Amino acid sequence: MKKVRATTGILAIAMITFTATSCKDNKKEHDNTDGHHSQQMEESGHMEGENEGHSGMDHGDMDSMDKEKAMVSSPIIGHYIKLKNALVADSKEGAAEEGENLLSALNDFDQGKFTGEQQKELRDIIEDASEHAEHIAKSPLGHQREHFDVLSKDVIDLIAITGTDKTLYQDFCPMYNNNKGAQWLSENKEIKNPYYGSKMLSCGSLEKQIN
Amino acid sequence: MKVLKITIWAVLALLVGIQFIRPTGNHSDLVPKTDFMKVNEVPQNVKGILKTSCYDCHSNNTEYPWYNSIQPMAWILENHIEDGKEELNFNQWGEYSSRRKNSKLKSIINQVEDDAMPLSSYTLIHRDAKLSEAEKKTLLDWVSKLKDGL
Repeated sequence: MKKVRATTGILAIAMITFTATSCKDNKKEHDNTDGHHSQQMEESGHMEGENEGHSGMDHGDMDSMDKEKAMVSSPIIGHYIKLKNALVADSKEGAAEEGENLLSALNDFDQGKFTGEQQKELRDIIEDASEHAEHIAKSPLGHQREHFDVLSKDVIDLIAITGTDKTLYQDFCPMYNNNKGAQWLSENKEIKNPYYGSKMLSCGSLEKQIN
Repeated sequence: MKVLKITIWAVLALLVGIQFIRPTGNHSDLVPKTDFMKVNEVPQNVKGILKTSCYDCHSNNTEYPWYNSIQPMAWILENHIEDGKEELNFNQWGEYSSRRKNSKLKSIINQVEDDAMPLSSYTLIHRDAKLSEAEKKTLLDWVSKLKDGL
């Protein structure tokens, strides 16, 4: 019996020392499940600069270069929407999981098709959004929503540059953030509020439709 | 009985042994141009709050407490500081994009409002780092103003 206790004692000390010393290298390896978005349609004959000042979002028929650009942000938007739905459902676990997925989609983002100016802006957006995704992956629900607020702004700005082939609805919740309000994007026209979830599910209004 | 004795000696030896292994510490005499207080015009009272309650873990210079001389405390502290600086390093403020500055200011407001920062494990011994309601208000009002002006 004593032997067992002694061993547990030693183990406990060892554990404490280890937890204290082991660095925070918990960056996961991202297995890239939906990362094959960038190589498609490489043969398109358009040059980079040609499409400047041309968002591709205001009219229905995108040319192939715009489509290519829109494809690049698809995985990010996909996981963002799933994350939004988890918050609508008040699911901390679901949101955490999608935060993780969104982080790897952000890491895989390929800015190769954009102009220098756009790339700089995109880098800032991706850097900021990654931090929010990281926090969403490891925080309680209230905190996840706080980060989702700023993340939504990032994703809206990202789409303004990349465009998208999806139809999205930009919604606004006037109450969140001490009545300063907060935006979010949805794949459905019906309002389902991710900031308050079941507490105030239908609270909010449509700001604009994208595509 | 014998095993117990051996264990006690082993633990003691380990505790003494680790006292000789020390992290280098978070020290810098140089305050870079990118420091929060050089980039922004910070009023004196807010400066004081930031220095006392935030800069130990969120800058390149820590004023260490006495228990940093005892291991494994120094390791634990080092980890905290490393994490803190990764989240937000006031010395590098000027290097952040304005998007990121905005995010950081928002997080500062949220964390202080929720009493999540400064960490309670930190204020337990650093009593002066604990924010009074008045200090919280001073800090939050000023940071909110800075954020709105960004």
